[in-house]
Parts: sequence; C-alpha cells; structure tokens
Amino acid sequence: MSLSYLTPEFKVLRDYDKCINCKVCMRQCSFEVHSYDEHLDKMISNDMNCVNCQRCVVLCPTQALTIIKHPQTFKEHANWTYDAIRDIYRQAETGGVLLSSMGNDRPYPVYWDKMVINASQVTNPSIDPLREPMELRVYIGRKPDKIEIDENLNVKTKMPPQLKLETPIMFSAMSYGSISYNAHAALARAAEELGILYNTGEGGLHKDFRKYGKNTIVQVASGRFGVDREYLNTAAAIEIKIGQGAKPGIGGHLPGEKVSEDISATRMIPPGSDAISPAPHHDIYSIEDLAQLIYSLKEATDYQKPVGVKIAAVNNVAAIASGIARAGADYIAIDGFRGGTGAAPKRIRDNVGIPIEFAIAAVDARLRSEGIRHTISLVAAGSIRNSADIVKAIALGADAVYIATAALIALGCHMCQKCHTGKCNWGIATQDPNLVKRLNPEIGYKRLVNLVQAWSHEIKEMLGGMGINDIESLKGNRLMLRGIGMTQKELDILGILAAGE
Amino acid sequence: MKKVYVKEEVCVGCRLCEVYCITSHSKYKDVLKAYKLEPQRPTPRIVIEENRPVSFSLQCRHCDDAPCVKSCITGAMRKDPLTGVVTCDTDKCVGCWTCVLVCEFGAIIRDVNNKVASKCDLCAEAGEPACVKNCPNEALVYSEGGISV
Amino acid sequence: MLKEGYVRIPSGCAISGIIDRTGRLFSGQSITDSIATMHDRSNGLGGGFAAYGIYPDFKDYFAFHVFYDDLIAKQETENILKANYIVALEEKIPTRKTAHIKNAPLIYRYFAIPRPEKLKLSELDENEFTIKFVFNINSNIPGAYVFSSGKNMGVFKAVGYPEDVANFYKLESYKGYMWLAHGRFPTNTPGWWGGAHPFNLLNISVVHNGELSSYDTNRKYLEEFGYICTLQTDTEVAAYIFDLLLRRHGLPIELACKVVASPLWKQVERMSPKEKILYTNLKIIYGRALLNGPFSMIIAYEDGFVAINDRIKLRPLTAAKKGDMIYVASEESAIRQVCKNPESVWIPRGGEPVIAELIRDNEKEMYSTKEVTA
Repeated sequence: MSLSYLTPEFKVLRDYDKCINCKVCMRQCSFEVHSYDEHLDKMISNDMNCVNCQRCVVLCPTQALTIIKHPQTFKEHANWTYDAIRDIYRQAETGGVLLSSMGNDRPYPVYWDKMVINASQVTNPSIDPLREPMELRVYIGRKPDKIEIDENLNVKTKMPPQLKLETPIMFSAMSYGSISYNAHAALARAAEELGILYNTGEGGLHKDFRKYGKNTIVQVASGRFGVDREYLNTAAAIEIKIGQGAKPGIGGHLPGEKVSEDISATRMIPPGSDAISPAPHHDIYSIEDLAQLIYSLKEATDYQKPVGVKIAAVNNVAAIASGIARAGADYIAIDGFRGGTGAAPKRIRDNVGIPIEFAIAAVDARLRSEGIRHTISLVAAGSIRNSADIVKAIALGADAVYIATAALIALGCHMCQKCHTGKCNWGIATQDPNLVKRLNPEIGYKRLVNLVQAWSHEIKEMLGGMGINDIESLKGNRLMLRGIGMTQKELDILGILAAGE
Repeated sequence: MKKVYVKEEVCVGCRLCEVYCITSHSKYKDVLKAYKLEPQRPTPRIVIEENRPVSFSLQCRHCDDAPCVKSCITGAMRKDPLTGVVTCDTDKCVGCWTCVLVCEFGAIIRDVNNKVASKCDLCAEAGEPACVKNCPNEALVYSEGGISV
Repeated sequence: MLKEGYVRIPSGCAISGIIDRTGRLFSGQSITDSIATMHDRSNGLGGGFAAYGIYPDFKDYFAFHVFYDDLIAKQETENILKANYIVALEEKIPTRKTAHIKNAPLIYRYFAIPRPEKLKLSELDENEFTIKFVFNINSNIPGAYVFSSGKNMGVFKAVGYPEDVANFYKLESYKGYMWLAHGRFPTNTPGWWGGAHPFNLLNISVVHNGELSSYDTNRKYLEEFGYICTLQTDTEVAAYIFDLLLRRHGLPIELACKVVASPLWKQVERMSPKEKILYTNLKIIYGRALLNGPFSMIIAYEDGFVAINDRIKLRPLTAAKKGDMIYVASEESAIRQVCKNPESVWIPRGGEPVIAELIRDNEKEMYSTKEVTA
C-alpha cells in the first residue's frame, strides 16, 4: 500500500544511561512499541505505535522512559490545527468514521471552574467536620408530597422504593465489554464497601457479580443485552438508557473481536458477532412509549425497585426531563457532553450535547417551576472531576452524581483515549486475558474506595465551611455559588449571582 | 513459616520480580548499578513460567522434607532448623546439579557463571523478599499458610 | 441601595416569648421589659412584637395590619381588599410620637372576613384564600405590605429598638395571652419597616435569631408549593415551612420540629423499629425542609408557641416556668427581669423543642423539656 502521511503523535525518549535492558517495557506494551535489538544490544522504540498510555514509563525500574508529544509540528495555523489536518489524512487513508474513546477533549469552557463556593463567617459560624456530625446520606427515588400518619404515629404513606447512598456518589454505567471483568469486579466490590451503587451499563450482568446485587443498578438499553427476569430482580434498581452524554442520538457498538465467550454469555448474543445497540429503543418512539416501558419494568419487578431513566444533555433537556418525570420515572440521570465512552465517532463525541452544568440547572429550574422537583431525584454525570465539582453539582440542583472517567483513572487509566482498540495496557478497557490480568481487583477496589472516601471527606469540609451539616441543605442552594468570568446570560441560566453580588 | 505464594491470575508477566531478585543479591543492591557496573550480575533465583495468558514466578518451596537437602553430596544445601529456610552454601557447592534434578518444582537454577546452584533464600537479610515487595500488581504474597481466598 | 427582598441581609438578634397557658390576658409591658433587657443584642435597626388574643371582639375576623408608603398604595390595596372581603372596621393603628422611631409609613388595620360569593368562586378555604390575597398585595402593589394576617392576633414592628417600638405602638395598652418579641442587629441598613421581625402568615408568627445556610434550598422547595418568598429573609421561609407542615400537611407540632431539626442518621439507627420507619421517612420526604445553620427561633401558632434551636445549638436559648406561665428568651436575664422566682429554669438542648401550648380540658403538660442546671 502507499505511504502513510502520518508521522508519530508521540516520541519515546529513552535515557540509555539508565536503561538496563530488562525488557519489562517490551513485555508490557500491547501496541508493540518497544523491542530489543540483539545486534545493537539495546532497546529500540517504534514511535509510530505509541499512544502515550505510560505503562512502560510507570513500570520501568529505573525510570528511564519519558513519552512526549512528538516535536514534529506543522507550520502554525490557528484554524488548520495539527489535529484538523491529521484527521483528514486518516480519513483519506481509511475512508472510515473516526473513532475515539473517553470524553470530549475539545477546549470548550469548563463551567465548574467558573464557579466558586461560599464560606460562612461572623454572622454564621462554619462547622468543623472533625468535631460535629456531617451527614452525607441521600436517598434516590420518587418521593410523595407529604407524609400521612395515624394517631399512633404509624406511617400510612406508601413510600416508593428508595436507593440508600452513604455518600452522594455512584459509579456510572460502563458495560462489560467496553471494560474488563476485573474492572467490574473492582467497581462492584468498592460500591459494596462504600455503601453506594455501581451501574452495569448495557452489557448485562455477569453471573459472578450477582452477589453484589443490592449495590447494582442494571441498565436496559436499546440493545436489551442480558435483560431477563433474573437480571432485573437481582439488582437494586433498573435504569432505562435512552442516551449518553458522549454520543447523544446514536447507539453503542462493541466490535465482534471484543465479543468473547464470556461476553456472549452475559449479553446473550452469539460469540464473535458485533453488538450493536440501535440509536432509539425501537419500542420507544415517544414519551408515552417510555411510560409504558417504565411501568412494564415496574410490573416485572413487582414495584419493588426504582426505575430510572438516563438521558444525554441536549438542547431541550429541561422539557424532556419534565416529560420523563411525569412518565413515572423514579430518578433521572443526565449525562453531559463531556461524558466518557469506550468508543464513539469523534465528531459526535466532540460536537453534540451540552455541558452538564447548564443541563442540571435548567432541569432543576424547570421541575421546580412545575412544582414536581421534590418528587423525583436527579443524578448528574458527565465529567465530575473532583469533590468541588460534586458540591457545585448538588448546589445547582442534583441529588447525587455519577462518576466513571474519574473511577477509571483511579484504577489506572492514563487517558490515552484508545479504548476502542481493545488494547488497554492497564487492563481496564480490554477483553484480552493477557491484559485484563493487569488490573488486580484487590488493588483496584481499594483505590476506588480511597478515592470516594477522600472526596467524601472533602465534601464534608466544604459543607462545614458553608455552615451546613447535612447534604440535603445543599440541594439547589444556588446562593452558595458565585460565578466568575461568565456572561450575564450564563449566570441567569445557572441561576447564580456573580462574585461580588 | 512464611513463604512466597503466587496469585497467577494477576501476574502480568513483566518479570520485574527477576530484576529485583538480581538486584537484592547483587553487590551494590541498586538496580542501575547492579546492571551497569557488575559484569557478572547474579543469576536470578526464581523461575518464570509462561504459557500466555498464564504466567507466574516460581520460587523454592522450602519443603519440610527437602529432597535437595537429602541429595546434596557436599552438605551445601541445608534447612535452617530455626527459620526453616533452605539455603545453598555456595562455598561448599560443587555444581553437580543433583539438586536441580531432584527438585520436584524445578525451582533450582544452574548458575553457570559461578558453577553453583542458585535458589531462593527468601532475602533473609532484607526482611521481606524483594520480589514480593516490588511486584507491581501484588501477585506475590509473603505469608504463612498460603493465599487467603 | 437595594431594598430588603432584593438582597439578603444576615443579622444577629434577640428573641423573647411569654405565654400564659390558661389563656389569661396580660399587657405587653412584660414582654417589652424582657426584650429591653437584651438591648445590646440589637442595633436599633429593627424591632417587633407579635401579640395573640388582643382582639377578642373581632376574634373571627382576619386582622390585617398593613404598611403603606403612600396613599396610592393604600387606595389600590383597599380596592382589592374590599372587593374580596367584608370589612367590619378599618382604622389607623394608634401610635405615639417616639423620639427614635422616624420615617414611619402609613399603618392601618382592617378586620375583615372573605365575601362568601368570592370564597365560593375561588374553591379555596378561607385560609388559602387569604394567603393568596396577602401574596398578591405584597408582590404586586408597590408600596403596600401586609405584615400581619391572623385572627385575634397582630404583629407590631418598625425600624428601631424594640422597647421604642413598643412605646410607639402603645403596646402596654394591649392585652394578650401570648407575646413574642424580637430585636434586630442587621449588618446593613435596610430602612424598611417590612423587614423587621416577627414575620407572620395567617396565625403563624416567627421570630428568629440566626442565619439559615439552607435558605436557598428551603426557599426553592417552598416555591414548588406556591409560597412566594418576597423578603429574602430566613424568618420568612421558617414561617412558611411551619405553615406547610402544620396547616397544609397536618403534622403534629412535635413532628414538625423533628423535620426542621431532624435527628441524625446514627440516632435514627438506634431507634425502635416503629420510630425508625417514621423518622427515616420524615427525613427522606422532608429533607429540603431541614433548617441548617445556627438558629434559635420561636414559632407562635394558634395553640401556643414552640421554641427551638438548630441541632448543634449554635445560638442561645433559655426557658423557664412559673405556674402556668412559660418564658423563653435568648438570655436568662431577660426572663428573670419579668419573672421573679421561676420554678425552673433550663437550657434546651440543640434540636429539642420547648412546646408551650394552651391547656386543653383534660390533659397533661404538652411540652417536652429537660431541666438542666446552668
């Protein structure tokens, strides 16, 4: 075939004074970058294959390796950037849709970083979380308007099913197929230890994880993979996936190469066949169809479990959310445009959808204006990067957040954005058994527990600083936020004041 | 007694255990110096078995009734009565390789440079075996009575 | 400068409350003396009183107390009032010229009942009808503010020290069975009489010392039920929450207190199964009605008052009992000033309410307290 015009994206710098030819880098690179040349008696690298996953860098016993962005540049051009030009080379060579993984990496503004949080002083003492109790527990589910009690203080109200979270964080949907068995094992175990939930994604629930049922949310996505009676009844909650933030409007695609025997059994499809989730659910073409599916699932589980709906944040997300609330959903999960994915067409990932900050603010405001906000729970997703983002999300109106990319990074992901190749060197986004081993669930789950516990502690510190000792009093408390560097319109939509006001 | 056990389902086949085994028995005890300065760096004392995707490192099991001890013609192989560690006294070893033959696990390696038997000594000086300490995926554990399930 | 209602002004304060549980009427002099003792807790920028049982001749009529900035506001308000209510009596509230009370607006009171045909047309009960009327005037008629809308009770407030306010309104000439008082220390000078405490809606009046960190959460929750929070003060949301819980949802007062100062989850875990279900459900359903931040407040309602602190007691509150009289105040000195030799004096724990209600025919004491030696 003819010459490729693409030069390497990354360059491997090897300090030969430190390199001891132990060949660990060669053994650990699934992209076949490193090799040992016996004639030259040294390690050499094929920069073209390198994706900057940094597996070799981290494992090298003498820290002899550094991966840098390849210094080769194009003539400076503010419009035809390095990426714009190279994307065209790729498409000219392959004729294919450009795929990428993880979330939108374009330089759109990050609104979390334009909001600041209040602290109490003088007129209102801040609360010290080391000395005073701080409550982070939240319950996700539908709630009645009021409580009915008889004279003997027995509760007459029939409470709809609730999910108890010890901290307002859950692990978001990542399918078995897009990520590995070991990754799921780590997530499930961490969810159990933390008293929160993890989401199976659309890949079904592996039988080995049924024991974590009460910490599991199962997804019913358009492909209906793995959906049977046991699947629904084992879980603590069911989530209908209408869309996800990384690729609103299109469905999922797991290439046949990644459909191993185990995946095939879990998803209930023939091995080696492509697992395509269509864009719409072919039985949900309108809101009333959704209501029908919600109630079918409730009937199937005897109304014992909350049924939620996950949507991507798009232009009229507020109206959609209002419809979903009235269709009987127990919670609504909204996934912003920065949400991650195992594989998505690059153009859709980078150009479709709106930021979660605006989506949550708009949905919260809309549901409140209709007088129904207090009856349903909202979960925010789509690039929650740290505990301050969580505090801001809840102040804007969310009841809890979903984290996924952050969880994978805790497990070792280095954001090389090559999940769609299935060659994840960290054992996370791969089905290759040689690679899956690299994620030790014993280590993985502890890292996840550490992350969530650390964030919970930070949230308590911030709450205490605001003079609040219960997360319930932060929900929708927009007066605790101020905006910096935003236009008046942006402030209005978020419903917050500017710093100084 | 405490021995080294392997969780082969999380061994990634990187062979860092070998690197650190060599280092801990080297003169300088430093990875860089052991490889760069010592022309005859030590032979590793562990055997890496691989049949991808399965891989694991194999060390001497410090058997209660060690065949190598019984078969050693010079008495170089001995089991310490207090600690239970089986060691090879390289001053006495003549490199007949009988122990290599009789070891049921194949855990003894021929150090062809020095013409002596090379086997795991549980890094007695260091306190914790170097391979266990440096395994990047916690595939090796140093414990009594095996890996807890 | 933004008027109160457009900007949030936090404040520190003094509060006091007295009730005679037999319903015996007594003059406003004692409450005035009580609050005057705490003069230094205020800064002269707001003071007010709520008096219950003061209009026995009109006890079935809504007693509207209204501020007007000008006659136009008065005219517009009266048009709406008279269109919807039959007004038995209208008059200026009697006041005396007092050195420190300046820039008084027009202050009127009306004793009114809803016109039956209007009430029927609205398909509301008279309370919801009146709430709608009050919100309408307060949100839509600039310069008019209805600051008291209960029956057989009235709020009297102004910008000034509470003892001067009492003097201004001639409170010594009124007799009631329950009195609340408040002195304000705002960190700003709103200059608007409507901003002083107590805050009132129908028969609920609230005086409050503290700052609600949960204000915005509470407000947004109340707005879903149709309450319009015009004042941006914490006291307003507290009053509306109690109106919601007590009147609309029919919760007993003890449970309403457990909603606003709820037990911690680890306390709930240790409760009996029945209580555990009750409190878990209360916390789940009414999470956004939890009041967070430091507060001590007194909420007066038809049957009596409840004094309560936030769960971790970040503001002072002392209570005392003598015979059938119950006293609560920010400071013990304010109680002892008007009550010589109380039978017991105690400091309520954080989150534990002091409920003092009128004695009904055949029952035991209503309030739950613990005696604590100071």
